[in-house]
Formats: sequence, structure tokens, C-alpha cells
Amino acid sequence: MRNILDGIANPVRQSHSDTIKLSENVILNIKNLVTAFDTEAGTVRAVDDVSFEVKKGQTLGIVGESGCGKSVTSLSIMRLLPKPAGRIESGQILFHDMDIAKIDADKMHTIRGNRISMIFQEPMTALNPVHKIGKQIREVYQLHYSKMGGKDIREKSVEMLRKVGIPDPEKRIGEYPHQISGGMRQRIMIAMALVCKPEVLIADEPTTALDVTIQAQILELMKALQRETGMTIIFITHDLGVIAELCDEVVVMYAGKVAETAPVIELFKHPKHPYTKGLLSSIPRLENQRKVKLNVIKGMVPSLCELPQGCRFQNRCPQVQKICSVQPHKKSVGENHFASCHFSESFRF
Amino acid sequence: MTNNLLEVRNLKMHFPIHGGVLWRKIGTVYAVDGVSLKIRAGETLGLVGESGCGKTTVGRTILRIYDPTDGDVLFGGKNMSLLGRKELRNLRRNLQMIFQDPFESLNSRQTIGDILEEPFIIHSIGTPEERNTEVRKLLDRVGIPENAVTRFPHEFSGGQRQRIGIARAIALKPKMVICDEPVSALDVSIQSQILNLLLELQEEMNLTYLFIAHDLAVIKHISDHIAVMYLGKIVESSDADALYERPLHPYTQTLISAIPVPDPTVKREKRILIGDVPSPINPPSGCRFHTRCPIVKDRCKTEEPQLCSAPGTEGKSHLVACHYAGQRADFQEQSQNSARMMKKLPAISR
Ligand SMILES: Nc1ncnc2c1ncn2[C@@H]1O[C@H](COP(=O)(O)OP(=O)(O)OP(=O)(O)O)[C@@H](O)[C@H]1O
Ligand SMILES: Nc1ncnc2c1ncn2[C@@H]1O[C@H](COP(=O)(O)OP(=O)(O)OP(=O)(O)O)[C@@H](O)[C@H]1O
Ligand SMILES: [Mg+2]
Ligand SMILES: [Mg+2]
Repeated sequence: MRNILDGIANPVRQSHSDTIKLSENVILNIKNLVTAFDTEAGTVRAVDDVSFEVKKGQTLGIVGESGCGKSVTSLSIMRLLPKPAGRIESGQILFHDMDIAKIDADKMHTIRGNRISMIFQEPMTALNPVHKIGKQIREVYQLHYSKMGGKDIREKSVEMLRKVGIPDPEKRIGEYPHQISGGMRQRIMIAMALVCKPEVLIADEPTTALDVTIQAQILELMKALQRETGMTIIFITHDLGVIAELCDEVVVMYAGKVAETAPVIELFKHPKHPYTKGLLSSIPRLENQRKVKLNVIKGMVPSLCELPQGCRFQNRCPQVQKICSVQPHKKSVGENHFASCHFSESFRF
Repeated sequence: MTNNLLEVRNLKMHFPIHGGVLWRKIGTVYAVDGVSLKIRAGETLGLVGESGCGKTTVGRTILRIYDPTDGDVLFGGKNMSLLGRKELRNLRRNLQMIFQDPFESLNSRQTIGDILEEPFIIHSIGTPEERNTEVRKLLDRVGIPENAVTRFPHEFSGGQRQRIGIARAIALKPKMVICDEPVSALDVSIQSQILNLLLELQEEMNLTYLFIAHDLAVIKHISDHIAVMYLGKIVESSDADALYERPLHPYTQTLISAIPVPDPTVKREKRILIGDVPSPINPPSGCRFHTRCPIVKDRCKTEEPQLCSAPGTEGKSHLVACHYAGQRADFQEQSQNSARMMKKLPAISR
């Protein structure tokens, strides 16, 4: 099956002069990504100067509250931004020796769904309601393995559904999306995303709409699949519990920017950005005493049209000072640990 | 005389399903199928369970948005099904509800001022000026700027709308509020703000809460007692701390073990349930959990367990509905089984 990827094993040199070289263990490197949307209120930068690295074979978590740019970041990587309103304004998305932000659409076709796949936030909108499950999976096979025959596809589809833990797959392929449960739909999305054995799987809140017991099933499944295939996962969520359980490294986003990135244990043990600290101390935990006041982050996220000068967290930050009206730069605050806060070094937890 | 503000006895709410050309009744949804609850004044009962298990229906039936199929609801010692319309309306003043999606529950064409004034008008309370003052006090109490009175719900964020929903629920100083997943749709940082507000209001007004949620950490944080629901029935209920320290029903045990813990250094043994929640249209025979239960025995498939005092917990009001309550499942064996199952599956080759 490897041969279908051959065409992109030696890609044409990029138009600009410097060759792209990612370090050995890095599969994806996002550099100063800016993604903008034209809206009635003017152009907004939903993702504004975002940088992070994704290590090969690891799970990178992206966490942050609603609207902070998690989905837009992943849609930028997939080059699936809604047109014409959305576009990558600047920055690089380095994948092997290519810059995904700049390659042409044809080339992106050979990558999307093939070497980088995505599971979407709402499986019901991603699955076509008028087509049977079997047909939808068949289409994915046909798209990526044009030489495969009908019988083969059927066999492979059934095998793939069984792999993601769907009981009676022979029966399921004859059903419509609305006939099956949310957890089952999400499994089908995972199955479809895995058809091409992607190197990178982007999962955008795949368990948010599911019950805890079903969520536990899906998380276990993803771990097992990763162990088996060695694929890299970018997992988007707003649940710090899921991050702790699943991820190796974490990117914390706030209002379109990266607040902090760190290895998972480091992030939970020594958070350096006041937003991360606030988040970690505001979640109810089982081991805490009941009915006592939780710590809160006061106020709310500013809208993208009314961003303050400088640090975007300043209106909610307990440590805010004059200097915060200047945008803080990304600072190294530990091994493999970066935070964008003027005071991040001086913090103690 | 008990000090239970609310007592629910064997409540049932069955919805008919109609279909076919003649729109005949072709089935029944056993959404709530024999639920009993007691809530003491000033306390919080957490009601937790997976999607579709009937939590919202319990809340709505208590409020008599639905007419129960069977069972009694006693509020302040009065049986609600025996009350006339007028009495019911007065009683409702003391029994309010907050919804998961405050947007749906707030009329989008009314200003915030109108929305908050409405309860006073319905119950003919105060002059327009007095009502205006009350509305401003309410807004202030829930942390919304006063200028909100002339604005509309869509101009506010999810968290702010939830505050407005709370303001409306507490407007008439009720005794009890049914909170149906009030923080489920909110971001982590806003969730803690709302939970704190609910706790403060409870203390100030001696409110009683029925707090519905599917997040076990949130439920534990806010509740004094917790009832765990599965497919229309309560499977376990207990003092909140005891439930987490010593869960007796295998479903409760699994639910608790499935909570993702926000601490990467904790590696817990996971208990993965097999399969999905069955449909409340054809609930399984015997114990409804038997199709997914890790410790299922033959008896469970035919004989329905009753909710009763758990062995070894007499007098502590720890109730459980399981023939083999407290027998810890041999999850070790089960997970080995599923590991074996995984291995048997064809590998994805690269
Ligand atoms: N098509 C669009 N047109 C204009 N603005 C958009 C569009 N899509 C997204 N945005 C804006 O971009 C910002 C980031 O959105 P995004 O969907 O990435 O958030 P998110 O972090 O995924 O949030 P959630 O947790 O709710 O999924 C938001 O402020 C959103 O309003
Ligand atoms: N008005 C109705 N008519 C028919 N069926 C209903 C009605 N309301 C609820 N149901 C069904 O009753 C069952 C219980 O629903 P309910 O909304 O009470 O569950 P829930 O526990 O609140 O779930 P969720 O966590 O998703 O809110 C579901 O199967 C639902 O489809
Ligand atoms: Mg999103
Ligand atoms: Mg509900």
C-alpha cells in the first residue's frame, strides 16, 4: 500500500530558497501561524502568532476555552478553512520537508486524509446523514486506494470497524448515521480517519459530546491504536483530565495565542502562566473537600474584536501590572517548557 | 414530621411513542421508571447518570411540566398531585428550575429587564418601581452589570446567560431550585464561577437544590447526597463522600473509575464498560445494568434488584440496587479479557 504515497516521497522543492529541515523527532512544526477571518466587524485573527512542535509518535494536547482557536489551528493544518472568509495570513506549518501553509491545493490533496487525518468535533455533521455507513467508508477507500476492488473494500471496511470496537460491523455498514449512538458514530469517524494509516491524526474534541463511560472507551481505543501504529496524535479538548490522561505534551491556548507549552507532568506540576495556574486551581477535584469555594479566574475572555493592547489575559490576571500592556514574548521557563508572560520566571506555585 | 423538603415516591414517567399511518401507540419510553428521592431543606441532592437515563425527565416531572404516569411528589409535605391549579401555582413560586442551555430558556425577544420582571408580574408582586429595584438587585447579586436591563439574551455569553437564568430562578426567593446541568455547557473557568455563585446563594437563602449533572467531579463538589441513575432507575444513593469512598454498585464503580483525573502522575486502573447504554424503550429484563455489568450472574438477568440498605451500611442511608452489591468486580480479569480481544483483532499494518 506504500506505493500510493511514493509520489510524495520526493516532493518538488519549495519555491523559496531555504530547504526545510525538521529535527529528527519532530513531525510537525507550526511557526508563527496567523489565521484570519473576514467578518462584519472587520478582519479578526483567530490564530495569532501560534508556534509549537509536534513530536513523532507522541500525543500533543491542545487545551483552552471555547473560541481560543483550537479548531482554527487544526483546520489551518488541514487547509480546510472556510473559504473565502478564512485564510492563513502568515507563518509556516512544516511537515517533513514541506510547508503545508504554502503548498498548492493539489499537493495538499495527497496529504489531507492520507498522511494527516482529522476527526471532527461533531460526528453527525461530518457524516452524511443520507448515506449508509458502508457507503461512506467505501468512498474513503475509493478516494485513497483507487485500484481496490469492491469486495476488498467491503472486507477492509468491516475489518476496520471491528478494529475500532464496533460490534456486528457487517450489520452496521447497512445502517444510517442516525440509527447508531454517538459513541458508535465517533468510532466510525475514527475508523474513516485511519483508513489511510495517517502519520498524524488530529482529533478535535472527539469525546466532548460523549458520556464518561463511552469517553473512556474511545480514549483507550486511541491509545491502543497509537501503540500499534506509532501514529502521532494531536488531541484537542477543554478537559484537563483528558489531557492528563492521554497527552505527552500540552499547548495551552488563550484568545488566539499560545499561553504555555510544556511536557504534561511539568505543566500540571509547575504551571508558569497565570492562566494555566488559574485553570488548574479552578477545577473541582474529587479529592478536595465538598462545597468549599473554588478558585476562580474572574471575568471572561475578551472578544477577538475588542482585544486589549498587549497580553490578552490582562483583564483577568491576578498579577497584572503596567508592563502587561506590552505583548509578552515566548520565554523558556524550564526544560522544553515555554510561557508567554512577563512574570513567568518569578512565579512560584 | 420529617424535615424533607421534597420527597419523590416511586415516580414513573412513561412516554408513548406513536407511529404508523394511524398514529397509533406503538411503544413506550420508560424514561423514569420508579424513582424515589428525599431532599432535606437546605441541602443538595446530586442526580448523576449518563445521557438519556432520565435525569431531566425527573426534574420536569417534579415540576409537573409533565404529568407523572405514576408515583407521588411531596413538596413541603404536600402531595402535588392533589393540589388545585391555584395552589400549584403558589407552590411553583417556591420551586424553580435552571436549565442547561440558558439560551433556550430565555425568550430571545424579551429584554433582560422584562425577563427578570416577569415572575413578579405573574405573581402580582410590587409596583413597577419596586419591581425595577428588585430586578437591579438581582442583576447585581448574580454579577451582571445593571445596563443589561435594556439588552437582549444574545448579547451575552453562555456564562452570563446562565447568571441571568439563575437570577430569574431566585427572583421570588424560592425554597428549592432544580438545576438541570447548569454548568455543562460552560468553559472550565466560567464553570467554577457559576458553581461558587450557586453555593453562595444556597448559603444566603438556605436554598435546597436538586442538582442534575453527568460530571462526577462537579456533582461531588456541590452535593451533600448523591443519587446515581441508570435507565430510568436509581441504582445507588448515598452521602456524597461515602459514595466516592465506597461505591457499591458496579455501575457507580465504573462511572467513578472512568473520570479522567487532572493529574498526569496518577495512573489508575480503568474499568472499561463494554457496549452502549440500552434504549429505555426496551429496557433489559431483570437488572437493567446486566447487559454491561462486569459481575453479572444468571440471577441478574431475570430478577430485578430493589433499592435497599446496603449490607454493612445500616443506618447510614446508603442504598443500592444490586444483588451482589459491594462485591468488587474482578476487573483485572475483565481487562485481561478485553486485552485478549484486542490482540485477536487484525493489526493495521504500515
Ligand atoms: N468562519 C468563521 N468566520 C469568522 N470567525 C470565525 C470562523 N470560524 C471561527 N471563527 C472565530 O475564530 C475563533 C476561534 O474559533 P475556534 O473554532 O478555533 O475555537 P475553539 O477553540 O475550537 O473553540 P471550541 O472549544 O468552542 O470548539 C472564534 O472567536 C471564532 O468566532
Ligand atoms: N417528551 C418526551 N417524549 C418522548 N420521549 C422523551 C421525552 N422526553 C424525554 N424522552 C426520552 O426519555 C429518555 C430520558 O430523557 P431525559 O432527557 O430525561 O434524559 P437525561 O438523563 O436528562 O439525558 P441528558 O443527559 O442527555 O440530558 C430519553 O430516551 C428521551 O429520548
Ligand atoms: Mg473547536
Ligand atoms: Mg437532560
